[in-house]
Amino acid sequence: MAYAGNILRINLTTGSITKEELPVDEAKAFIGGRGLGGKMLAAEIPAGTDPLGPENKIFFITGPLTATSAPTSGRYMVVTKSPLNNVIASSNSGGYWGAELKFAGYDMVIVEGKAKEPVYISIRDEQVEIHPASKLWGKQTSEVVDELIAEFGDPRARVLNIGPAGENLSPIAAVMNDRWRAAGRSGVGAVLGAKNLKAIIVRGSGKVQVAQPEKFKEVVSGVLKKIKENGVTGEGLPAYGTSILVNIINEHGMYPTNNFREGVFAGAEATSGETIAEKYLTKKDPCYRCPIACGRYCKVDDVEGGGPEYETVWAYGADCGVSDLPAIIKANKVCNEMGLDTISAGATIAAAMELFQCGYIKPEEVDGPELKWGSGEAIVEWTRKMGLGEGLGAKLAMGSASLCEAYGAPELSMTVKKLELPAYDPRGIMGHGLQYATANRGGCHVRGYMVSPEILGIPEPLDRFSIEGKAEWVKTYQDITAVIDSLGICLFTSFALGAQDYADLYNYATGENLSAEELLSCGDRIYNNERLFNLQEGYSASDDTLPKRMLAEPMPDGPSKGNVHPLDKMLPKYYVIRGWDGDGVPTTEKKEALGL
Amino acid sequence: MRITVRLFATLRTNRFKEDTREYPAGTTVAQVADDLKIFSGELALILVNGHTASFDQELNDNDILSLFPPVGGG
Repeated sequence: MAYAGNILRINLTTGSITKEELPVDEAKAFIGGRGLGGKMLAAEIPAGTDPLGPENKIFFITGPLTATSAPTSGRYMVVTKSPLNNVIASSNSGGYWGAELKFAGYDMVIVEGKAKEPVYISIRDEQVEIHPASKLWGKQTSEVVDELIAEFGDPRARVLNIGPAGENLSPIAAVMNDRWRAAGRSGVGAVLGAKNLKAIIVRGSGKVQVAQPEKFKEVVSGVLKKIKENGVTGEGLPAYGTSILVNIINEHGMYPTNNFREGVFAGAEATSGETIAEKYLTKKDPCYRCPIACGRYCKVDDVEGGGPEYETVWAYGADCGVSDLPAIIKANKVCNEMGLDTISAGATIAAAMELFQCGYIKPEEVDGPELKWGSGEAIVEWTRKMGLGEGLGAKLAMGSASLCEAYGAPELSMTVKKLELPAYDPRGIMGHGLQYATANRGGCHVRGYMVSPEILGIPEPLDRFSIEGKAEWVKTYQDITAVIDSLGICLFTSFALGAQDYADLYNYATGENLSAEELLSCGDRIYNNERLFNLQEGYSASDDTLPKRMLAEPMPDGPSKGNVHPLDKMLPKYYVIRGWDGDGVPTTEKKEALGL
Repeated sequence: MRITVRLFATLRTNRFKEDTREYPAGTTVAQVADDLKIFSGELALILVNGHTASFDQELNDNDILSLFPPVGGG
């Protein structure tokens, strides 16, 4: 129960469309979403598969709670082998598309092979078709969504698409859905581009059944109350959105400025959640069944649309030295239209700015606005050029790791495992820094959001500069996150809920009977499955690291001044806690305990 | 002594964003909050010069006191 019980498998080479049964044993062990998608991907593609080749597969996968009456139940995952860095990409998105897929009667869609010409897929409950999409190829998100909905003939249909960036196979291309929601990280958009898949439009008329409706209703009621009464989910996020963090992180002196050169940004107030709410916010933009409504909808001049989020405001703002909020809002819009990851796009422009400053990129190569710190014009126009693969923009569209490598300055790329780091400098937050170094997909903040205890004091305050006990905390956060990512609800519920809440929701929905510890153990299993995949692809302990700037250059200013990140003191303990050997490889005992 | 008080999010309503004020030596965070009619329950984060501080902490001349209500993000 709760699962639809069906997999839709589409092969674009042969044109075959088949329905399969959901593998029940695997679903029990790996839950759904990120976990189940990762397990199935690892089993179905051989080691060394080219992420952009026809042998790669891409899963659009919901969780057991998706489309139930649980709050925030609109989440789904895009799971595939990453064209950016060869790991299991599991890119999360909200909005409405995931719920609609479940209503149509499917837990997941698996797309294999490669179409000869651009195509799009339509799903109307049982009726699934592949259509030619040459007239859509080259078009940007809004135009694609408008045209597909008009053609489909139902305004309540939901569209998932790539923009020009995915078509151009940019390793930082996103999968967009519902116009401005993004499965942003890991270059998943490029996999659709490589398969000639432009979009998937879906409309579902079914409902999701839960195992114990009365008990489920009771738990949902309790969980909803906790979310509403919590200061973060009930007040802070609805009023100011995620960009409330701008001032918080800046006041702590860990707001990465000018490609992580400094930690305090003079333009923080001008680009904060408070200022957005005051000047440009026209409404909140909630996802399916979400009472938190952190999503923003802004208007400035003749530009309007969803966002910008904290990470976007940072990547296009402080990271590039830009305090021009209208320019940031416009850059966000262009980014969504082109189908790029806002973090990677903004951070790559920041890296390009430093390369230019240091003389690696020469003025004569710059066929666009000058790449100087603080240029609002640069962030908007270079995003456009990256999306279209135009001139120097084509080099930027490869992401900052490739860009800096190409200019002989790899140390200027603020990435871990080639994934651009997000908006928290590890020199100001030790547990979170350990998390950046060990997250399976690379430099990611959401895979174990240690900012919560180390900065926000939730569930309890930890000293951000201390390394004591941090390895245990990081593991717990990474495991519970893997669970939430697999259930099909939003990570932000974790500001208000605990492991037992998730266990109750899961058990009454599915009819299972897991304890909170057993559920966390699923998270551990999911985490280790991803780790094993990475090791098979050639990753090793030497990749569990941070950019040299964070390990060797003390923070020059502000409240986090003088610090470097002591990763070498933290990593060995983390490996022990994880049950891995000194080289970061899961031991035989560990694998057996998890059934891997 | 001179204390610069920075208020964020909902704490700004009917108050200010940033103000520098005179307080007697030995004033605590609690006393400043009281002066501004902010209850301890309204505060989630207290920073003095960017470092976590307690509600009872004594302030020093030229300190920057940053106060936040419960907030979060990603």
